[in-house]
Amino acid sequence: MANDKRSRRDPWYVRCALIGSTVGIVGFLILLPLADLFTQAFALGAVAYWDGLANNADTRHSIWLTLAIAPVSVAFNTVFGVAAAWTIARFRFPGRAILTTLIDLPFSVSPVVVGLIFVLLLGPNTRVGGWLLGHDYKVIFAPPAILLVTLFVTFPFVARELIPIFEAVGSEEEIAARSLGANGWQMFWRVTVPNIKWGLIYGIILCNARAMGEFGAVAIVSGKIAGQTETMPLRVQKLHEGLSEADKAAAFALASVLTLLSLVTLLIKVGIERKFRAERRAPE
Amino acid sequence: MLRSVSILLAAAYLLAAGVWILSSGVVRRSSGTELINVACDPTRELWDELNPKFCARYETQTGSPVAIRNSHGGSASQAMQVKSGFEADVVTLAMWSDTDAIRKAGLMDDGWETRIDGGSLPYLSTIVFVVRTGSEKTRDLRDWDDLIARDDVRIIVPNPKMSGNGKWAFLAAWGSVKRRGGSDAEAEEFVKQLFQRTNGLDPSARAATENFAKNGQGDVHLTWENEAHLEVNQSGGKLRLINPPASVRAEPHVAVVDSVARKKGTAAAAKAYLEYLHTEEAQRVIAKHYYRPTHPEVARESAEQFDRAGKIELFPVVPTIGASWDGIDTRFFVKDGIFDRIYDRGKSP
Amino acid sequence: MNTVNRRVLPGFGLGLGTTLTYLTVLVLIPLGFCFWTAAELSWDDFWQAVADPKAVAAYKLTFGASFLAGVVNVVIGLIVAWTLVRYEFPAKRLVDALVDIPFALPTAVAGMIYANLYMPDGWLGRYLVPLGIEGAFSRTGIVLVLIFTGFPFVVRTVQPVLEDLDAETEEAAGVLGASRWQTFRRVILPSLIPPAITGFSLAFARAIGEYGSVVFISANTPETTIAPMRIVALQLESTNADRASATAEAAAIASVLLLVSFAMLILINLFERWNRRYGQ
Repeated sequence: MANDKRSRRDPWYVRCALIGSTVGIVGFLILLPLADLFTQAFALGAVAYWDGLANNADTRHSIWLTLAIAPVSVAFNTVFGVAAAWTIARFRFPGRAILTTLIDLPFSVSPVVVGLIFVLLLGPNTRVGGWLLGHDYKVIFAPPAILLVTLFVTFPFVARELIPIFEAVGSEEEIAARSLGANGWQMFWRVTVPNIKWGLIYGIILCNARAMGEFGAVAIVSGKIAGQTETMPLRVQKLHEGLSEADKAAAFALASVLTLLSLVTLLIKVGIERKFRAERRAPE
Repeated sequence: MLRSVSILLAAAYLLAAGVWILSSGVVRRSSGTELINVACDPTRELWDELNPKFCARYETQTGSPVAIRNSHGGSASQAMQVKSGFEADVVTLAMWSDTDAIRKAGLMDDGWETRIDGGSLPYLSTIVFVVRTGSEKTRDLRDWDDLIARDDVRIIVPNPKMSGNGKWAFLAAWGSVKRRGGSDAEAEEFVKQLFQRTNGLDPSARAATENFAKNGQGDVHLTWENEAHLEVNQSGGKLRLINPPASVRAEPHVAVVDSVARKKGTAAAAKAYLEYLHTEEAQRVIAKHYYRPTHPEVARESAEQFDRAGKIELFPVVPTIGASWDGIDTRFFVKDGIFDRIYDRGKSP
Repeated sequence: MNTVNRRVLPGFGLGLGTTLTYLTVLVLIPLGFCFWTAAELSWDDFWQAVADPKAVAAYKLTFGASFLAGVVNVVIGLIVAWTLVRYEFPAKRLVDALVDIPFALPTAVAGMIYANLYMPDGWLGRYLVPLGIEGAFSRTGIVLVLIFTGFPFVVRTVQPVLEDLDAETEEAAGVLGASRWQTFRRVILPSLIPPAITGFSLAFARAIGEYGSVVFISANTPETTIAPMRIVALQLESTNADRASATAEAAAIASVLLLVSFAMLILINLFERWNRRYGQ
């Protein structure tokens, strides 16, 4: 590689020290905890692992709830993300810079604050929440609130990934498609989507990872009702608070499922990056 | 072909998931088959065992199935959640005042204590000590005043403003001084000394148990009797139970949240659920989890398991400490009450 | 280009409409409501809530621990980024991929594992605790999990800059007789400072809001209560009489956190814009 020449110039002891530190840092911060997690999850054996996951109705419900909340939030935020990125990257209009900053906003808001503001706004004792409850609709302490806070915390992921990609790709092909007579949707599905495909998938998997793992905001709005509003991370905590060895193992088993899901996310990410590079290199 | 099928499937899944989530917000009036039990923290294992038993019995008796969902947390926090709209059908909190706060908020009818056949007190409990086996620091610990005999003893107890465990422990400590004729000033000095030795205050009973039993924090754990037995039994000899000669008579009340139950049409099932607690079957489960049963016969049978580490004389909070619960709450636990005075001033520099 | 685009490309109205509606309903109205609730307090009460000793202790810990974690992340992030860009070694690709784990792993899981590792009978705790190093249930533990959650930021901001670094300048410096260390200090380091600052601010901004991982490793003592935990406590503390004010107090502390995170966000954006214009 091109770096070889320069890298050789660093004295060998510097090189060894830095590589050693890097491996040490990553091992200590990331690998060791992961190893610990799986060891704890299997502490009572594979049978107990499966038992902890599959033979508890509340745990199963939490898995289903997370598997419902995450894709729905991702779908909403994907539609929004594409719309926002299209608007911001393709057009110039007053307030564009402010809009770009506002989209980033949810990244910097503490999840606890997110939970709090939705309770303040839609809690049963508030005007809006009270009105809804009067019409037999519960938001706070019910799954709709979990969806709302998840939407909030995962709001920017897709848009943020797409804006730079839209800018990099440029609008020439789209303009060409239009001038050849394609209507807006044809242009979007045939030209725009294929161009931003990898960025879109990348944004979606990051959004999904965060949606499945959200804890603080969900903890505040859900009421933590077993079998009803407990998502996987909340269930992990509930199991972890049980005192028996079986509870502890079950907590780590469920946590290991979340971890596996995040490892899958990373695999897809690595795959996309490789594909993306290959596609970029191909025309050269 | 394959592609359009998978897109269709994904869309169908998304739609189904979306509909499920959104429709789960609709309050079901007529069904009456699902009860939410908002409970205090240490009763997790108890309800895990009682709920299926009740559900089976209810179904055979009435022919209609019922499911029970539990939520756990610090007792005062749970009451707070119910007051701010958490739709609980029944509350099984740690103390009268937490339950009555829900009545004060207009969610429960007056006289809730007497509306369940058998009463609102299916079990009693108390506060005891747990120490680490073989620890030099707690070798001579027998009674309440031994807790402050050494400066280096760290006490684990949850926050009295959030947790029933914390509140009962505070009141037990205060009462231990009053019972032997001590003055209010002496009692205040004692609890101040005691809370100066705390290692911070956990938000709920179970969080404190985790901190003490699992995380190895602190030297003495002031906890519910049932929680103490549970953690000592789980510890494999590493923890030791100490029954003080006297402690508070803790009364965890249970009640139907009338306004919610009426609205959801669950009033009958909720009442049956709480009345079931007085059956002999339930009382045996209660005793098995080291709550003190109120059924006379079961109480007699199980007396031995509670006295094994020494008989505890249980004193009631009213009138040992105050004339009424309301008075006790305003005196000790509201903002700038005695607890804030001794804890904030005692702790922060 | 602007006017051309709007005439040629469709969807401006639809896109802007969707974006603004969604943003307003989901983000702006709820956030505005937080300030609104806090504003129900009189100025004195607001100040009392915000400057309450417990709240102040919580801010100090939040900002202090986040800052410390950010600084550590700058140091280790630079080392890791440098190694990943400049050197070849076995399993390099694996290490590179592992760097992103903190982005993908739920923070609550991270907090739980860290607590388990550093508690007195954990894998690391059993060696560290006898030495007096309390890695769990202490402030150290909080800094540790914040380092974990913020770890990828510095690495990922510095990496592309290192990759694009002009090889010729560096070689010229060498030819002109600069030692390796001098080249690093005078030529390479200056261009690494802006991305490191960006990475630091991102990690810092993330850390001040972090909750999920910290609750697992905090000992619930006043010394280990961060600001988000204080908000939760205010929401749930009794007793009956002071309910409304407790909610408003929680909103007041939340407003402070919100203002700080807005400020961070604006600073980061300004810094990046300034850096793009004058940095190179």
